[in-house]
Amino acid sequence: VKPAPFVYHAPKTLGDALANLAEFGPQDGRVLAGGQSLIPMMAFRMARPAHLIDINTVAGLDRLAVEGDVLSVGACVRHAAFHRPVVEGPTGTLLSRVVRDIAHYPIRLRGTFCGSLAHADPASEWCLAAVTLGAEIIAMSRRGRRVMAADDFFEGMMATALAEDELLLEARLPLLSPETHFGFYEFSRRAGDYALAMALVTFRLQDGVIVAPRIGIGGAEARPRRMAAAEAVLAGRRPDTESFRAAAEAAADAVEPMEDIHADAEFRFDLVRAVTRRALERAHA
Amino acid sequence: MNAPTKDSGLAWVGRAIRRVEDPALLAGHGRFTADLPAALRVRFVRSPVAAGRIERIAIPEGANVVTAADLAALKPIMPALHKFGYVPIAQPVLASGCVRFVGEPIAAAVAASEAQAEDIADAVSVDIAASAAVIDAGAALADGAPLVHAQAAGNLVVEGKVETAGFAAAQGAAHRLIAIELRSRRQNATPLEARAGHAAFDPVSGRVTLTCATQMPHLLRTAIADLIGMPEGELRVVAPDVGGGFGQKMSLVPEYVVLVWLARKLKSSVAWTEDRRENLIASFHSRDQSVRLQGAFAADAKLLALSAEVVANVGAYSCYPTTCAVEPLMAMAELPGPYDVRAYACVARGVLTNTCPMAPYRGVSRPVITTALERLMDTAAAEFGMEPVEIRRRNLIEKFPYTSVTGLIFDAGSYQQTLEIAAAAIDVPAFRRRQQQARSQRRYLGIGFAAFSERTGYGTPAFAARGMGVTLGWETVELAMDPSGWVEVRIGASPHGQGLRTTIAQLVADELGLAPDRIKVVHGDTDRTPYGWGTFASRSLVIAGGASVLAARKVRAKLKKIASHLMEAAADDIVLTDGVARVAGTDRALPIETLARAAYHQVHLFKGEIDPAICETATYDPPGTFSNACHACIVEVDPETGRVTIARFVVAEDAGRLVNPMIVDGQIVGGVAQGIGNALLEEIVYDEGGNILTATLADFLPPTSREMPPIELLHLETLDGTTITQAKGLGEGGAIGAPAAVLNAINDALAPFGVTIEEIPATPRRIRAALRQATKKPR
Repeated sequence: VKPAPFVYHAPKTLGDALANLAEFGPQDGRVLAGGQSLIPMMAFRMARPAHLIDINTVAGLDRLAVEGDVLSVGACVRHAAFHRPVVEGPTGTLLSRVVRDIAHYPIRLRGTFCGSLAHADPASEWCLAAVTLGAEIIAMSRRGRRVMAADDFFEGMMATALAEDELLLEARLPLLSPETHFGFYEFSRRAGDYALAMALVTFRLQDGVIVAPRIGIGGAEARPRRMAAAEAVLAGRRPDTESFRAAAEAAADAVEPMEDIHADAEFRFDLVRAVTRRALERAHA
Repeated sequence: MNAPTKDSGLAWVGRAIRRVEDPALLAGHGRFTADLPAALRVRFVRSPVAAGRIERIAIPEGANVVTAADLAALKPIMPALHKFGYVPIAQPVLASGCVRFVGEPIAAAVAASEAQAEDIADAVSVDIAASAAVIDAGAALADGAPLVHAQAAGNLVVEGKVETAGFAAAQGAAHRLIAIELRSRRQNATPLEARAGHAAFDPVSGRVTLTCATQMPHLLRTAIADLIGMPEGELRVVAPDVGGGFGQKMSLVPEYVVLVWLARKLKSSVAWTEDRRENLIASFHSRDQSVRLQGAFAADAKLLALSAEVVANVGAYSCYPTTCAVEPLMAMAELPGPYDVRAYACVARGVLTNTCPMAPYRGVSRPVITTALERLMDTAAAEFGMEPVEIRRRNLIEKFPYTSVTGLIFDAGSYQQTLEIAAAAIDVPAFRRRQQQARSQRRYLGIGFAAFSERTGYGTPAFAARGMGVTLGWETVELAMDPSGWVEVRIGASPHGQGLRTTIAQLVADELGLAPDRIKVVHGDTDRTPYGWGTFASRSLVIAGGASVLAARKVRAKLKKIASHLMEAAADDIVLTDGVARVAGTDRALPIETLARAAYHQVHLFKGEIDPAICETATYDPPGTFSNACHACIVEVDPETGRVTIARFVVAEDAGRLVNPMIVDGQIVGGVAQGIGNALLEEIVYDEGGNILTATLADFLPPTSREMPPIELLHLETLDGTTITQAKGLGEGGAIGAPAAVLNAINDALAPFGVTIEEIPATPRRIRAALRQATKKPR
């Protein structure tokens, strides 16, 4: 459990960090933020970066702020920052619910929101939140600044649109309107384990029927995804057991599940059905 | 029979005093093997394939890498067993010629730091011509399966068979025949501290000290000296603080042999600290057994005959000293459990596969056979339309001593009583009402029981009956009182978390009339302790504790004689209590330290009638004793996700006298936690090629505090004098009973769906798979 040799860089400014990335990114360089995924992978020698660019020492990257109707999350904001609502209204509460299912307390103190996005584990709660809430991902390099929709950013299992010389500088979450209902439900083997399936849903009620439903599913496919078919089932219906069951069925029908030792495809269909319905019930509770 | 300890007249035994081990451990002052500095660090190169011929090992230029070629003079590990057609299996210390499992050590890279050693190990390239591997025991037994060892035809390493006279007639007379088949998947004992060894050469004495995480320092010394061909006197083995073992550390570890060899060769200190991934892949595994049972029941649900077929996947090699036969043969001997059955037939097979070798793990086969037998009981109860408690009530043994159908002698216990108090505590009628109400809300609760016996504290006769090359059993204790009146108890047992330094001090304190803080227990050092077998098989408090009491009684007699000389009274009139020797019925008394000082400095007063110094040795070699318990649990099964939540868990147990009730509770709770892991979570998974898919704790899932329900403990104390201390062993019971109770509760919860789960761990995936096959729709 000793990592393979690597060169460690500790830039003090964003400019230095981007210079390091420009030079070493193409030479198997990796950004180190919270290190809660990368360091264990290096210890197992499953990841063998030649260069490690530590951004913890770069001032200002831990900025967490509301800018108009957007929540801006800087590259070094830790999971634990979300333990209490960071903004009034449903977005802050939603994030404080979701964060509780991320690993364990010590990991949440070190691991970062943007690091999770860049790592793009299919079971990442923040990746699901980013896709479901329609986040924008800001990538920065010496070549300039790029803005990507979360849905375009995630390309597959642990694969993103981030270029070798780019730093994931910021995630921008559009705030939900105050009357938005939300629900989150995750299934994992033990408390704090990777999700085998999870659902994050939001909707509003207008004249007693559901409008603008979003149903995001994570942990089941190689990347998180909104289930358009399930959303279509829900839109315009009353928020009742029957509607929720129908949407859950649609989500399970639409999912193309991964298989691993904890869950085969059949089980993941079951789980997607269950977590979707339960997330919807929580949203309506 | 069930006298509470408080009337025992004992001052220290029976009290939940705090463990003397804990202050150092809690303050971070524990001394573990990995804390020792070493000049050189070792990293092992391990086989990446399950079976094949080693064609070439390419070592990086200038690197210090040891392979089997360097160790040609060493003997292979070859434990012996003289029964049941056991086929001797040799394991070279480093793989020689071929490899037989993923993780088998092939070479040792030696460097100044762990990181460098790992870099070198990384750079060693091993060419292996892979051959077909067998992973599953069923596949290994099939005709034409590749052989793991050429001499073991059909991959069968041992086959035990027993059939009592008149078995067929007894079975034929049955009202109902009920069959079940249970599968217990592979586990890893997962001690908090993985394996670690540190071998240091001493240029003055020419000796090597091996400090390592072991449960059996003396036997390890003998075994390593034998393999290397060195006098035992040139090797000292020390077990410092050891972070749990559960059996994984009671076998000879080939890596430690390499360390000792290296320390002698390099005249230096070399250390290896196993990481968790290595531990999960290459340290000993456990369980991986299947049991088929057929119970022949009379019309009144009395079990008339039991037949069993046990298949144990033992991995690629045989562990020393117990051999890989320990699991199937113990299953065969103990399968009838606590039930009165007089006709029995069993075939128990140990099967070689290209997987990590097996070693005993807390419970040794009994978690599996108990789960099988308790599933049989619940299946039968359902067939008879009877409560699980009732069928057990009709079948549990109740007259003692009871000689089992396999010839085991059960001393007095409380099998019926523990069942009754567990059932009362969990309140079966109230539960059944709640269960009915819950079902109407589509919630599925279940109740499960596990009644079982736990054979503990057995000595030489029991081990001799097994026919192993090494007959384990007795323990010797040396008890010395120094001139200041402090006591040192040197034991051959080797506790590694059990709190034996505390409990043995309590036992000795009552014999000598001293406070336990004046009594220091020394263990885990072959230079400082008498030869003994170590700590495993729920034996240490019974046997080493019993020997400590015998030695203390000799010291007590000597102290009384000294007191009789100093106070001019009859030795029989002297009472040792509260740190003084008192002449009974008088106010004449001397502090015990005065007697101790006299034993060394005033021997002339004894007129040649008392030998100088105070140091007594005693050996205890008991026949063995059975503890008993009943576990009862309530679970809720989420039928949509297959998740199982344990709502209540009750343990009613009887291990005779409780020397320290707090330590007893800790032992039981820890065992139940491992049993819950066995029932719901823990599973080592191989793919078809023999690669481990569960090589980290993100995939191999021990329960955490978040998965643990509160455990409700009820104690009975049957005191019948079978052991010197009246205490019985209890180290394994928690792990033995819990899987059965949990699995029975799951099946009770699933009853409305018409499906059963006969496999552990009963994972959400397996439960959902069963429910998809449901024949019934619950209302």
